[in-house]
Amino acid sequence: MLAYALKRLLSTIPVLWIAITACFFILRLAPGGPFDGERPLPQAIKDNLAAHYNLDKPLIEQYLIYIGNVLKGDLGPSFINQDFNVAEQLLSGLPYTLTLGTSAFVFAVLAGILAGIAGALYKNSLPDYLLGLFILLGLVVPNFLVAPILQLVFGLQLDWLPVGGWGDGSIAFLVLPVVVLALPHIARISRLMRGALIEVLNSNYIRTARSKGLSRTRIVVRHALKPALMPVVSYLGPAAGFLLTGSVIVETIFGLPGIGRYFINAALNRDYGMVLGTVIFYMVLIVVLNLIVDILYAWLDPRVRTQ
Amino acid sequence: MSNALDSNTENELNGELSTGRSLTEAALARFRANKGAMAALFILIFLILAAFLGPYALPFNYEDPDWNAFKSPPSIETGHYFGTDQNGRDLLARTLYGTRVSLIVALVATLVSIFIGVSFGAVAGYFGGRLDQAMMRFVDVMYALPYILFVILLMVVFGRNVYLLFAAIGALEWLTMARIVRGQTLSIKHREFIEAAVAAGVKPITIVFRHIVPNLVGPVVIYAALTIPEIIATESFLSYLGFGVQEPLTSLGTLIADGADVLEVLPWLLWFPAAILVALLLSLLFIGDGLRDAFDAREH
Repeated sequence: MLAYALKRLLSTIPVLWIAITACFFILRLAPGGPFDGERPLPQAIKDNLAAHYNLDKPLIEQYLIYIGNVLKGDLGPSFINQDFNVAEQLLSGLPYTLTLGTSAFVFAVLAGILAGIAGALYKNSLPDYLLGLFILLGLVVPNFLVAPILQLVFGLQLDWLPVGGWGDGSIAFLVLPVVVLALPHIARISRLMRGALIEVLNSNYIRTARSKGLSRTRIVVRHALKPALMPVVSYLGPAAGFLLTGSVIVETIFGLPGIGRYFINAALNRDYGMVLGTVIFYMVLIVVLNLIVDILYAWLDPRVRTQ
Repeated sequence: MSNALDSNTENELNGELSTGRSLTEAALARFRANKGAMAALFILIFLILAAFLGPYALPFNYEDPDWNAFKSPPSIETGHYFGTDQNGRDLLARTLYGTRVSLIVALVATLVSIFIGVSFGAVAGYFGGRLDQAMMRFVDVMYALPYILFVILLMVVFGRNVYLLFAAIGALEWLTMARIVRGQTLSIKHREFIEAAVAAGVKPITIVFRHIVPNLVGPVVIYAALTIPEIIATESFLSYLGFGVQEPLTSLGTLIADGADVLEVLPWLLWFPAAILVALLLSLLFIGDGLRDAFDAREH
């Protein structure tokens, strides 16, 4: 298992390298630079800034310097917020993004599995049709449309929840962002769960269990649930990735001070160091999450373990 | 799945055998029998016609204000059936125009993704061996890149030209297409007509594009139908952030973003574009699913 985990970690190095390289050059193609303010700077200051950030060197040399620094674990300076370097900014945004992401992940998984079970057990009756409708809407309605509607209803009309921001960090501020972020994934997970459970419930060993006179609850919980969870678990890795990058949008809509918002601002302000740092950070997080999911999968499915 | 094969389909299958219809004809017949997909197709056609022809039938255009009607709610008397915005511009005209922009943009991106995905997948599948391995490894690596982050980067680069931007987004969206096409290519490359072409001395690259690619139309169309809504959603999201389509041009995403700001006081500015966007995405989803069910040989 350890060797497998190590191999997986090593295999992500080329992926990371390609991502960094692509980002580095794409960003430099963009018109404008980090120091183009509304008031043009005097040439001498511009030259000094460029020299300080190595911007006066040829692009390839800058690239090599950057890669060298990253290998040493240094993500470099931020070009816009000069008081903080990239790592400091990422660390300051991390708690918000992680709180949002983990809450949405847990909520999506629990709600999705429960809804999927309900849909499978009440197949082709009212709860199942309601679930079908919900899945459809969850898949189709984009989150930037769900968000303002929820903000209006729960934030302004009912006045139950704050409309946005982090406030004092209490749960009330998390509810709407988490729901908006989790919604499409609840839809996907419940669809997977429903399909898998229906298939498992039709299989021979469940028929045997039923013929032995086991109660329905016992059959579902003890015999059907674990195999039916397989497709859901294999979706968890990608889901974790989607939730992390999806938080870019949700953080922007709700004005949360997480990494996603830093990323958008950095991209707009051509904060080269910050953009690259965020991409590296996101990718490492996604890789680690995928690894955890793979290990979970091996634990659930003995066939994977013995391979 | 066997119990889902109702008597209807069985009759249809028998009919198929007796009249000797081609696979495509049979699939299209199945598609026509799918009520949801057909309804979705009609809605889509209606939306497309409305988006491209509707503006000529309206007394208002998408950018000029009606000085007599600012912030007017939807009404039949004033002729602003969807109401007007804060600048007195007719929302119906703007929504139709926005739908058109969203559709064109999605089409551009989807065409680019089809072009790259089909060429890439067919070449990898047909030539096989090391080349195939290397190309598919490249696809795996691309899959691991965080899509939204790259879309935002591309937006920064191509922000001034929407069509270029979406051509670039299409160049990110071809991965699944390439995998599907490669799989299909593998399954047909040992068929007799390909062997005949090889025996006749046709150049390999010509075989790929003249003999293999035309036989991939089914799966490519199905997957394209599922790509379009994704692109429309991406476009709306970028426009929502304020970086996609710029004023006075508009798109469904821009309209939704503007409407969301004033949802409390001018709710119609959100509801109409949102309803059109959802109708568009839903109908594309139903058509894509319907096509997939109709063409999926395993289920019939």
